[in-house]
Amino acid sequence: MDYDFNFAVIWRNWDLLASGLGLGLFLAVVSIAIGCVIGLVAAFGMLSKHRVLRWLSLSYVSAIRNTPILVLILFTYFALPQLGVALEKIPSFILTLSLYAGAYLSEVFRAGLVAQPKGLREAGLAIGLTELKIRAYIIVPVMLRNVLPSLSNNFISLFKDTSLAAAIAVPDLTFYARKINVESFRVIETWMVASLIYVATCYAIAAVLRRLERRLAIPR
Amino acid sequence: MTPVLKITDLHKSFGDVKVLTGIDLTVQKGDVVSLIGSSGSGKTTLLRCVNLLEEFERGTIEIAGEAIGYREEGGRRRRLPERQIARQRAMTGMAFQQFNLFPHMTALKNVMLGLVKTKKLGQDEARAIAEKWLDRVGMIERKDHFPGQLSGGQQQRVAIARAIAMNPQLMLFDEVTSSLDPELVQEVLAVVRDLAADGMTMLIVTHEMRFARDVSTKVVFMDQGRIAEEGPPEAVFGAPKSERLAGFLANSEI
Repeated sequence: MDYDFNFAVIWRNWDLLASGLGLGLFLAVVSIAIGCVIGLVAAFGMLSKHRVLRWLSLSYVSAIRNTPILVLILFTYFALPQLGVALEKIPSFILTLSLYAGAYLSEVFRAGLVAQPKGLREAGLAIGLTELKIRAYIIVPVMLRNVLPSLSNNFISLFKDTSLAAAIAVPDLTFYARKINVESFRVIETWMVASLIYVATCYAIAAVLRRLERRLAIPR
Repeated sequence: MTPVLKITDLHKSFGDVKVLTGIDLTVQKGDVVSLIGSSGSGKTTLLRCVNLLEEFERGTIEIAGEAIGYREEGGRRRRLPERQIARQRAMTGMAFQQFNLFPHMTALKNVMLGLVKTKKLGQDEARAIAEKWLDRVGMIERKDHFPGQLSGGQQQRVAIARAIAMNPQLMLFDEVTSSLDPELVQEVLAVVRDLAADGMTMLIVTHEMRFARDVSTKVVFMDQGRIAEEGPPEAVFGAPKSERLAGFLANSEI
C-alpha cells in the first residue's frame, strides 16, 4: 500500500476534537443521570401490582427498545417540531438518549430487583418502615450495588451512542472528525484518530467504573 | 391488666387452603410463649399475622389493647392505611429464620436504621441505643462488620438486637435457629434466654424442644391450623393429653 500518512491536519485541529469529546462526555453523563431516574421508575412500574402501571412501563420499554436509536434521534429532532414540540439540537438529543437509556437501564434494574430476597423488605417492614423508605434505604441501594457491573457496560455503550448526535449536527467528536475529513481529505488519519480517541475514552471510563464497583461492593 | 397480645378467633387462608382456623391466644406482660408443632401447622403464619406481614380474613389481634391491621367501618372490615400499619408493626419486634440483615450496612447501621428512620431519633442517641443492645448480644466488637463478614449465629444476634432496640412490647422469634449450623445454635438461644430472664414478653416459634421447655412460661401445641393443646411446659411436655401431641413429642428430640 502506497499511502503517505500525514497527521498534520489532525494536530492543527486538536482543539475541535477535544471540544467534541467534551461535549460527548457531557451528553452521556446528563443522559445517563436522567436515564437512571427514568429506568428506576420504569423498573418499579414493571413490577407494580397495578396493571395500568405495568402496562405503561412495559409499553415504554418495548417501544424504545424496538426502535433503532438513530430513528429515535431523527424523530425527536425533525418530527416532534411538526407536532408542536420544537427543541434545540442538544436538548433534543439529551431527551432521546435519556429515554433510550431509561429503557435499557430499566431492564437491568428490574433484574436486580427480582433477584433480591423478599426477606429484606419484610425486615424493613418489621422495624416499622413504610414501603417508600424501604425502597430508598434498603431495596434500591442493595440493588444498585449488585447490578453495578452490568450498569458499567450500559454506560459505556451509551457514551458510544453519543456519536450518533452528529446525525443532527450536534458538534461532538464524530461531527468534527467528519468536518476535518471533508475539508482535508485525510480520510484514514481522521477516522483512525477519532476511533483511537473513542477507544481510549471507553477504557478510561471502564477503569473509573471498576474502581467505583470495588469501592461500593457489599463487603463479604 | 391489659394483655400484651390478645388474639381472638383468628382465621387465615392462602387461597383455598385454610392455614389458621379459629386461634384464641392471650399473652400477658412477661410471658414467654413457645409455639410448637409440625411443619405446616400454622405456627409461623400465626407469628406473621401478629406482625401484620400476613393479612387475615377473620378475627382480631390486639396489642396492648389496640386492634391492629383492620378497622370496622359501617359494618365492613377494612385494612388500615399503610402509615398506621407501619406504626403498629413497630409495637412488635421480629427476628427471622434467615436473619434478613441489610447487607450493605454494618451491624451498627443495621440496628440504627429503624431508630433513625422510624423513631426519628438523632444519630447520637440512636448510636448509643444500638451500641447498648449490640453489647447486650455480645456483638459490640463486631459493630463495624458487614453481615457478609459475620457467621450465621453472629448475624442472628445482630438481627435480634435490631428488633429489640426498637423497644417493642412483644418480641416475635420465628425459628431463629433453624438455618444455623448446630454449633452456632446455642449462642443464639443464650441471647434469647437472657432476654427472657430479663422479663421481655416473647412469642417464640421453635423446633428446639429442650429450649422451649426451659425458657417458656407457656407452651402452645399447634396442629392443622388450631391450638390443640396449651399449658405450662411441665404439663405439655410431661403429660401430653392428646395422641397428636404425644406423637409429635415422640418424634422430636428433647
